[in-house]
Parts: sequence; structure tokens; C-alpha cells
Amino acid sequence: MLKITDLVKRYGSGDPVLKNLDLTIEGESVVSIIGSSGAGKSTLLRCINRLVEPTSGSIELNGTELTKLRGGNLRAARRKIGMVFQGFNLVDRLTVMENVQSGRLGYISTWAAIMRRYPKEDIRRAYELMERVGIAQYANTRADQLSGGERQRVGVVRALMQDPEILLADEPTASLDPKTSEQIMGLLRDLAGELKLPVLINIHNVTEAKEYTDRIVGMRYGRIIFDDKPASLDQEAMDSIYSGSPHADRSEDLKAAS
Amino acid sequence: MSEARDTWKKPPFIANPAIRWAVYLGALGYFLWVGATMPIDWARVADGFGRAGRIFGGAFPPSFERSGLLIDGFLESLKIAILATTGGVLLSIPIAFMAARNVAPLPIYYLGRFIIIVARSFHPVIVAIIFVKAVGFGPFAGVLTLVVYSIGFVAKMLAERIEEIDFGQVEAMKAAGAPFFSTIFYAIFPQIMPRQIGLTIYQLDSNLRASAVVGIVGAGGIGATLANAFGRYDYDFALAITIVIVGVILISEGISGMIRKRIG
Amino acid sequence: MTSISEQFGREDWSRFSSKQKWQRFAIFAVCALAIAWSISSIEVVWAWVWDAPSQMGDLFERMYPPDATNLATILRVLWETVNIATFATAFAVLMSLPVAYLAAQNTTPNRATLWLGRLILVTSRSVNTIIWALLFVAIFGPGVVAGIIAIMFRSIGFIGKLLGEAIEEIDKRPVEALEATGASRFKVIAYAIVPQVMPTFWAVAILRWDINLRESTVLGLVGAGGIGIILQGAIDTFNWPEAATVLLAILVLVILGEVVSAFLRRRIL
Repeated sequence: MLKITDLVKRYGSGDPVLKNLDLTIEGESVVSIIGSSGAGKSTLLRCINRLVEPTSGSIELNGTELTKLRGGNLRAARRKIGMVFQGFNLVDRLTVMENVQSGRLGYISTWAAIMRRYPKEDIRRAYELMERVGIAQYANTRADQLSGGERQRVGVVRALMQDPEILLADEPTASLDPKTSEQIMGLLRDLAGELKLPVLINIHNVTEAKEYTDRIVGMRYGRIIFDDKPASLDQEAMDSIYSGSPHADRSEDLKAAS
Repeated sequence: MSEARDTWKKPPFIANPAIRWAVYLGALGYFLWVGATMPIDWARVADGFGRAGRIFGGAFPPSFERSGLLIDGFLESLKIAILATTGGVLLSIPIAFMAARNVAPLPIYYLGRFIIIVARSFHPVIVAIIFVKAVGFGPFAGVLTLVVYSIGFVAKMLAERIEEIDFGQVEAMKAAGAPFFSTIFYAIFPQIMPRQIGLTIYQLDSNLRASAVVGIVGAGGIGATLANAFGRYDYDFALAITIVIVGVILISEGISGMIRKRIG
Repeated sequence: MTSISEQFGREDWSRFSSKQKWQRFAIFAVCALAIAWSISSIEVVWAWVWDAPSQMGDLFERMYPPDATNLATILRVLWETVNIATFATAFAVLMSLPVAYLAAQNTTPNRATLWLGRLILVTSRSVNTIIWALLFVAIFGPGVVAGIIAIMFRSIGFIGKLLGEAIEEIDKRPVEALEATGASRFKVIAYAIVPQVMPTFWAVAILRWDINLRESTVLGLVGAGGIGIILQGAIDTFNWPEAATVLLAILVLVILGEVVSAFLRRRIL
């Protein structure tokens, strides 16, 4: 279970990007976060695995408080959080197998990592997952030779190799064409079911969010203003999520404060 | 495809195993064999650590007492660099035209390439000792050396630029019935001028660096002062000279980079 | 509305406005003054200058025909020269790795190490190989050790600078991804940074080897080993025919070096 309470993120002395945000994700649900650019979706995701340092608040994953972790403890916690990126973030000049195994780096010795001597069970698991998503034949191919959809599959397998307790996906389909994009969304949904894994997806495409996820969270300028089943996302809710400007929200804040 | 696959090996860098092992063993053998047979006097080398202590002890603090000598040496290096750049760049232009495949006839092209290759292949210090023997010690040998050095670089780069020019402009001039030199001045010069100015400034900077070195074999400038200081075991003065050389090189690199950025 | 030609008169045309003209004139004047100052104050015996062409001609006449009686020795020492360049490049490559790591803004542990890295690079780069060689001959005595260390010291700055810049220009997204998997700093470097800078690493190492081959031909002139010693000896004893052979040998070596490095570049990159 992921439990976020009163999360604030502020860059420098400016307006907070996340404003006292609360969110709880239980079980193996697939949750999508929608909202216009700059709503803080990406920051929220990166606060969870601490690629971005939260300013205040608490994030708890299965009983572990993440915001206070340092050094080795933080790395150990990150192993339990898989992440899929918009730009795939693969190491282009390494083979697909090396990219996939880099999800296990936190578990294996430095020597094994450098010599590429991966444990047998890791290799078996990698082949299973690669076969599951249909990229096993590329194990020895360099990552930059693959198509966008194939690259994102490598990204997904890398995240799953971590044996995560939650999967974060930051706009996983924004760099893909519509057909591939649906395939990847379907894959994420199916894998969540098969591996009993909660998945949290940032997404721009509302149609995909409705079709492939169990719950939609709508963000506007650092706040969650919608949180319900996809079926309840009506036109009115859509308007409130995608309208307004940070400035308008700020003046509302002032009114509320006075 | 579903049998348990639990081994994986990174595809090797060199696919053919015979060539791969030949390269690895060859490299290993080379370093071991050459390393073992190099003419090294280990006792003398071990001795060196004590000497290093004495040299650095003697070098600190650096002595700027004879700053007159230092400044004179530097001004001489600067003069050498200015004259060599002027001469080298002027000579580079015709040589570059000779060595550009698209403007020069074949025999002249080969001659131009040959001049550039020879000028590039010899380190300025080698050129310097030959000039020192031919025209005597002093800055003149330094100027000649750096003229050769400048030709090697400027003519090469310029020839490459000439080979890349838009030939349509040349054809337009020819079609208008312009004579050979007018064609060069109107159709080719405007296309190569920006590169030429950039190269000149770069080469001035480069010549200033090199002039500090050719002096060591007697071709004038600060290098001569440095070699003398070393020869007389004046390590504190040598350190002072080195510090000034490094400082001037950094400043000149900064200035030349700035000018080239503004032109570029 | 007046057209431009009416404003300025139809018969006058000049390429530059008057401000530009003055600017250009000033630049020319500064250049001319610098050249005039250099010519007038440089300590040159002008009689020697006018004599120079005939002196040069005389020299080349005495070099012809090249004398190849000592060819075996020359070739042996030439091989030693290649070894100096190769060993020095190999050591320099190994030593420049940590320096590049320190000098790249995105990998260096803190500001102090960044400046340490940059200080090493600047010192190494600003002092010429020959000056390093003077120092190391004084320390380790004449011979190949001084030569190897001198070339190594100069090369560390060159390789380290280019490699450091390559590290600063890498794609940062894989680094972020591997940090998110909980990998340690060292493993992130090994998997996300090293593969990205490998092409630059090889290109720079080959380029520097080519340069070092040239540099190692002159080390002997200050006593630091290699073919320069033989050249110096031949010149000092006015044995010009042998000097000519040595010069030809150097020419061939340098051209071969260029061919080999071009071949390696094509194969590896």
C-alpha cells in the first residue's frame, strides 16, 4: 500500500508544485494520474522514489517511510519501486540483456555487474519477462537498434526485474504512436494483474486512461481535484481538471487564506 | 524456446574468436615483452625520487628576481610568434590553393599536398635544430621554424575549406568572363575569409605556445631562457618562467577563444 | 519615398559603412604596427637573413645522398620511439580516467574535487612535453623513463579534458533511470556513463597516440630517449647524410602512424 500524506514540493522559494497532497493506493489497482502540463504529475511520481526531494509530508510504502531515507537505505527502498519513463531512458550502447539486467544492479555484486556475470535465476527471469512482452529475440541486440515500442518494453522489463512492490510510469506512451501506445498500456494493465502489482501511471491521453485503468486521479496545479472510477469522469470533471491557470488558483488560495 | 535459459554472455567486441585472441594476446605480449626489455636503469630511476625532492625544494619559492630577463625573453617569443604567423599565413594561402583538389591541376596538387605533409610531420623542435644549424642561433631560426609549423596547419585547414566551397559562384564569375585572379578574389576569397581569420588567430596562439619550446634548442625566445635556467640548476628561476609561460598561454587561449567566438 | 540609390547617389557604392571602414582600418593598423614593432626590434643579424636561402641550399646539398650505413641502429631506436609513445599513451589513458571523472561537473563528488580535477588538467596541458621532459630528465636521468613520464604528464591533460567534456555531454536520462532502480553510484557510472563515453574514449586515445608518436621523436633532443638522440648526434658531428636518413625515417614513421590510427578509428568506431 502506498500512502501519501500532506506532501509539499517547492522548488526554490517559488509557488509549491505540490500543495498538501494526499493519496492512497491500495492493492493491485492500476491508477492513472491526468492533468495538464505543469500540474505536478511528474513531480509527484519522482517524489515517491525520491528522484525529486519532497519539501515536507510523508510517503509510506508498505509500512516504510520513504521521505527520511538516506544512502543505502534509500537505494534499498528504490529497488522496491520500479519506474518506466517517457523517453525509455535506456543505455543505447548496451545490449537489451544488459539494459534489462540493470534493473537488478541493486541486488548483485559490483564485480558481477562489471563482468556481466548475472546470476542464473536473474537470467531465467529476464528471458521469461522478455518472452512475455515479446522481445526475447533481441537479447543480444543493442538497445538503439530497437523501435520505440520495443524500447519501452525493455524499459518495462527493466523495471519488473527489480521485483518491485509498486510500478511508476511517467508518461510511458507519450513518445509512441497511437497503436504502440495502446499495446504498452494493455501490457501494463495485464502485467499488474499477473504480478499483483499496483501501477501508477501519469498520462496525457484521457481516452487511454479511461480504457486501461481502474481509477483516475485528476490533478490541477499541485492539487488532486478528482479521484474516482473512470466512468465518473464526466465533461464537468474534465473541464475543471484542464481549465484555469496557476494564477487563478493562486488568487483562490489568497481568498481562502483571508 | 521455453527450455530453461539461464546463461547469457555479452556478445564479444570482436566476433571472430581467432582474431579476438590474437589481438588480446598480441597486446599483452607486446606490453610484457617491451616492458621487460626497455633499456631502463632502475637504480638511477629510484635515485630520482630523492632528486625530485631537491629540485622542488630548490624551485620553491619561485624567483622573479631576474624579471628583466624574463620579460625580454617573453617579448622575443611574442615577436617570433607575430612574424611567424604573418609569414606562415601569407605563405599558406598559395600553398592551400595548390593543395585544393578542385582548383589545382594534378601535379601542382601533389606538390601542395607534399609540402603540407612534410611541414606537418616534423615536430617544430626538429625543424628548429635544422634551422639553427643553417642560419645560426637566435630568433630568426625560431621565426623560420614556426613559419613551417604554421604552414602545416593553416594550409591544411584552408585547403580543406577551399575544397568545400560552393563552386557555382566560381562558375558564375567565369561565365561573366572574369580573369583568373579576379575569380579567385571575388568568388573564392569571400568564402574562405572567415575561416582564414579564425585560423590566423588560432595559429598566433599556437605559435606563442610553440615559441616557448623551440627556444630550448636555441631558436630564441623564452624557451632559451628556460633551458639556460635549467642548465644552470636555477630551479627557482625555471619555476618562475614556467609559471609565467602557463599564465600567458592561459590568457592568450582565452583571448583567442573570445575573438574567434565573436567572429565565428 | 526615396529609394536607396537616390539617397546615396547612383554612382557611389561601397561595401562597408563608414563606421565599419574605421573599424577595419583600426584592426589593420594594429596588425601592421605589431608586425612593424616585431621586425624593427627583433634581434636578428640581417646579413644572416639574406644569406639564409643559400645556407639552406648548402645544407640540403650536404644531406644528399642520405647515408644508410647505420640504418639498423636507426630502425632499432625508431622502434624504441614507438614504444615510448605507446607506453606513455597507455599509462596516460589509465590515469586520465579518474581525472576526467573529477573534472566533469556531473560526476565530480564536490566543488573542491572539481577544482582539483581542473587544476590537474590545466597544469598538464599548459606545460609542453619538452618542458616536462627537461624536468624529468633532471629527476630520473636521461633515458626512456623520463620520456615516457613526460609524454604521459602532457597527455593526461589532453585526454582528461576531452573525456571530461564527453562525460558532461552524456544523455542524463539513463543515469536517472538507473538511480531509480536503487543501484549504487559506482554501478550507475559503470552502466549508464561508461558505455556512453566509450566511443570518445577510444577516439581520443587513438588521436593522442598519433600526436605522441610525433612528440616522442623530439624527446631525445633533451635526453629523454628515442630517435631524437641519434638525430642530435648526427647534427652535432655534422654528419648530414645520416641526419637526412633519420629525418626520412621520422617522416615514414609519422605517416605510418597516421595510417594506423586512421585504420583503428575506422575499425573501432
